Amino acid sequence: MCGIVGLFLKDPKLEPQLGALLTDMLITMTDRGPDSAGIAIYGRPEKGRAKLTVQSADPDVDFATLTDDLGRAIAAKVTGHVKDTHMVLELPEDRLDAARHAMRGLRPMAKVMSAGEGIEIYKEVGLPKDVAARFEVARMSGTHGIGHTRMATESAVTTMGAHPFSTGSDQCLVHNGSLSNHNSVRRVLKQAGMTFETENDTEVAAAFISHKLQEGAKLGEAMEATLTDLDGFFTFVVGTKNGFGVVRDPIACKPAVMAETDQYVAFGSEYRAMVNLPGIDNARVWEPEPATVYFWER
Amino acid sequence: MQTFDLTAQGLRALNSTLHGLKGQTNMTAWEIINPKGAHAIAVGLDAPVDVTVRGSTGYYCAGMNKQATVRVKGSAGPGVAENMMSGTVIIDGDASQYAGATGRGGLLVIKGNASSRCGISMKGIDIVVHGNIGHMSAFMAQSGNMVVLGDAGEALGDSLYEARLFVRGSVKSLGADCVEKEMRPEHLAILADLLKRGEADHLAKPEEFKRYGSARKLYTFNIDNASSY
Repeated sequence: MCGIVGLFLKDPKLEPQLGALLTDMLITMTDRGPDSAGIAIYGRPEKGRAKLTVQSADPDVDFATLTDDLGRAIAAKVTGHVKDTHMVLELPEDRLDAARHAMRGLRPMAKVMSAGEGIEIYKEVGLPKDVAARFEVARMSGTHGIGHTRMATESAVTTMGAHPFSTGSDQCLVHNGSLSNHNSVRRVLKQAGMTFETENDTEVAAAFISHKLQEGAKLGEAMEATLTDLDGFFTFVVGTKNGFGVVRDPIACKPAVMAETDQYVAFGSEYRAMVNLPGIDNARVWEPEPATVYFWER
Repeated sequence: MQTFDLTAQGLRALNSTLHGLKGQTNMTAWEIINPKGAHAIAVGLDAPVDVTVRGSTGYYCAGMNKQATVRVKGSAGPGVAENMMSGTVIIDGDASQYAGATGRGGLLVIKGNASSRCGISMKGIDIVVHGNIGHMSAFMAQSGNMVVLGDAGEALGDSLYEARLFVRGSVKSLGADCVEKEMRPEHLAILADLLKRGEADHLAKPEEFKRYGSARKLYTFNIDNASSY
């Protein structure tokens, strides 16, 4: 199964409520995926600054002096705040790649969840309500976000197997379904220089789209290419710095409902994920067509 | 009119209350408020009651329905009226995948669009869709009638048995063994009746439809058994 939720805000007045709205949507989808949960939140980028979100199984040790250690390693001012097993490090945008590289040496056991100007990803094993509470997602503001509740089929129930997967700066992807040709696609992408953290099928889809974007494709084109190159069942929701997109495979077994008002565009695996959104009773609600790419960008 | 607040009273209480109406003659009109997309609303009814759901529903609303009339004043999630036996289910909005799947009788009316696999493996149900239907609709449909005022998606009626499919708009493609067939007076009579009962007689005329059915090349059709279909 798995559950997906997404919210793209058009009305800046709703931005302080993004985390709260997404948390409610995510918890409603617990029945579809109780084993792990994750959320990607895009905040308004601060000019010249970037964020690196890292995760550690031993946060007390790994995060204690991390801002100082990383600051020295990349010769720049690094600030940060810890949320449970995750830490968001803020640093100059032009030092982001250096910081990512330095982390491997400084904290080899820590994992990079996301990197970019706006994105923060939090994901862990456990019930969605517990995961959301641990990271205080309900208190976060932002412009758009994507959440996922996982019922694992293709790989183990681990933090790194949870969604969203991020394989490029400010990019992420969540998936309901399973891919059957992910091993061969992963092999091709590895040859093209993409790196992988897991054996998970969804990470391949995320890297596939990131690779297309690196090659210069637009978001819509990259998503369109999943329809020809990826084999299996999928409803994907993709996040970028400026927006989010949705695509379903041509068979379209995996459910999807969308709602749009003047204030937002929302995605849910089921309508009940969206019933508490403001103005939902008067929203345009529809089921996205199979093999059709939808995206919204600001 | 009895009102049931689904959020306050819960799904099990709702369905056991409605199941308790079997054999009764009072309390025949029900209204369900705050459905909020919940699954399995008004499933397994077996009494001539009239149930109105004020909002959209999740999976399997009105599944296995017998005798009852269930109206949804919103859209329905996957599997609405799945395996319906008799009675009437009317959806004011859209219906998600496999609406009316395996239905053995009764009438399902969808006033918006139905998505993929509408009427899959239908076995006697009548389905009237005012809008369009998605791909693989009426796959392996065995008997009953499907009336579509709009367009049909890819692979309509794939591996069809003896169900009759009437489509007014375009058909993106026909599935294996599904062919257009001659519209005879008895078919126009079936259509006229279904359009009326499907609250669509003001929207379309029987003459505007084309009929599709099985070419009978894919399964072992025996004319001696024709009366069983």
